[in-house]
Amino acid sequence: MTTTVAIILDGFGFAAWLFLSSVGLTLIYGVMRILNISHGGFYALGAYSAAWAVGLYTQTGNTIALTYLIIPLAAIIVGTLTGLLVERGLLRFMYGHEEVLMVLVTYAVFLILEDATKLIWGTESYVAYQPAYWLGTIDVAGIPYTIYKFLIIGIALAVGAGLYWGLNRTRAGKLLLVVIHDREVSAALGINVTLFFTVTFVIGTTLGALGGALTAPEISVVPGIGAEVIVMAFAVIVIGGMGSVGGAMIGAVIVGFARALSVHLYPPIEMFSIYLVMAMVLAIKPYGLFALAEGRKI
Amino acid sequence: MKFFDKTEWSLLYALPVLIILLFALPTWLVNYVQVSMGMGLVALAVMIQMRAGLVSFGQGLYFCIGGYTAGMASKFWNISDIFVILVIAIVVTVAVSGILGFLLRRYREIFFAMLTLAVSMILFALLSSSHELGSTDGFNLPQASYLGWHPEGETGSTVLFILTAILTLACAILINRFLRGPIGKIIEAIRENELRVEYLGASAHVSVHVLYMIAATISAIGGVLWSMALGHVTPEMANWTTSGQFVFIVILAGTGNVFAPLVGTLILEVLRVYAVEISPNTWQMILGIVMLLTIVFLPKGLWSLFERFVKRLSSKEPAA
Repeated sequence: MTTTVAIILDGFGFAAWLFLSSVGLTLIYGVMRILNISHGGFYALGAYSAAWAVGLYTQTGNTIALTYLIIPLAAIIVGTLTGLLVERGLLRFMYGHEEVLMVLVTYAVFLILEDATKLIWGTESYVAYQPAYWLGTIDVAGIPYTIYKFLIIGIALAVGAGLYWGLNRTRAGKLLLVVIHDREVSAALGINVTLFFTVTFVIGTTLGALGGALTAPEISVVPGIGAEVIVMAFAVIVIGGMGSVGGAMIGAVIVGFARALSVHLYPPIEMFSIYLVMAMVLAIKPYGLFALAEGRKI
Repeated sequence: MKFFDKTEWSLLYALPVLIILLFALPTWLVNYVQVSMGMGLVALAVMIQMRAGLVSFGQGLYFCIGGYTAGMASKFWNISDIFVILVIAIVVTVAVSGILGFLLRRYREIFFAMLTLAVSMILFALLSSSHELGSTDGFNLPQASYLGWHPEGETGSTVLFILTAILTLACAILINRFLRGPIGKIIEAIRENELRVEYLGASAHVSVHVLYMIAATISAIGGVLWSMALGHVTPEMANWTTSGQFVFIVILAGTGNVFAPLVGTLILEVLRVYAVEISPNTWQMILGIVMLLTIVFLPKGLWSLFERFVKRLSSKEPAA
């Protein structure tokens, strides 16, 4: 009984983290057809800036409550500024190249961001546990859970709902769906595609940074977390179908539960289980569960 | 018809040059030459796939399989004979890549990149969590033996260097043959337009499958030679950041010739020694910036510069 409860709660906990870390990646791919490897770099930037800002703030001795504002703020500032810099300063000159080449370009950006992070924050680890502990714990079937974990699940649901509403219920979102469907026709209809690209990329990178920032209180922030998260995010969006926000949510739940199951039942295959479900999904649906249909070009 | 073409003659000439270097250069530099030959084979494997338009972000998988085959053969079965190890590594690799090929040959472009990455991360995850194999620290390898001959110390490393050089150049010659052959031509056509290749009666799936297995095999040979030279293996060999470095080498060096990735690896390894010493935290940043500059200004890599240079030389000669 306790194991079942633990698996369910951990499954949703992992899923929330995975969704927050990968939704920006799938959004950028859906709109821009860019598989953004540098997403991991933005995640790391978000995690470092949040951990650093929280560390500075808690030294002043003021109430911890304000850190819940500092964390998203740090992510939004870092994600927006760096995202703008990368898109305006580099990527816009590369549009129209093959998708594979864009992968290499974003890989180069990833390498640069990794070292930029090391140069700014050094190579030692940052720990900002205060926000996660301040909320206390709650007993579920005898197992103590930090309330912070439930907060993250809530935020993940809110981000998912927000994206759904933004895409399907607002004018800008509907125009964006047109851009996703056909870039050239939408440009011909007078939609400012370039602006949509910039905005999408910045939203995507900010979401990546937010994923990192929200995770920061639960982990110790060390170099290399960006390279780790990008692999997980790939698995999630491949399962869900690249470019589909709903797919990312389903993918996150599938991967989250696969991981929770293996953690509680047979820990040595924790990482392996993720790829196992990915292989199983791809064997049935080669391009993921909710992949967008592609025309065949001769 | 000549048996060897120009590239192959150059590769043959490279062998005595390498052996002279072995005795002329200081030991630490010889080590870098040796290590980069093993890595160069993996870069070569990435290069031939890139000719088909396939970017492999998981070539480290076979690099690692090669290294761990060598390690496990000596650890569990007490085999240190390099020829036996090579045979085992090739058999394992052909089996693994043959099976995975059925999955991967269906995918192109970013999907191929992502799935090769995912597959190699599976091995990374398995090795990192296996305590018998030293988890993330890996384990040490004994010195190699050769058909019952156990050379020690200086002689041992000399013999290994020469064997590495012979095998690397032999692989390069075979790959050159492969690229000039029918499948070599088909894979270039696949990059241009796969559907037309199929209309012409060639099977793109089979060609990609064969290509993938050949690339896997030379990566595993590279892995064996590399880990034998270093005497140590870690799961890091299968991490995607390792594979990314091989991709970087190919972007920088170009896909024009089998020489390009081999020379590219050597240059990069030597540069890394200095760069890491001068400022350890900016090496990746330098790599990233160089990669962007190469993509923008030299889309065919450094090899295209060399080719242009040679062409200019040869066009001047008749006039003079």
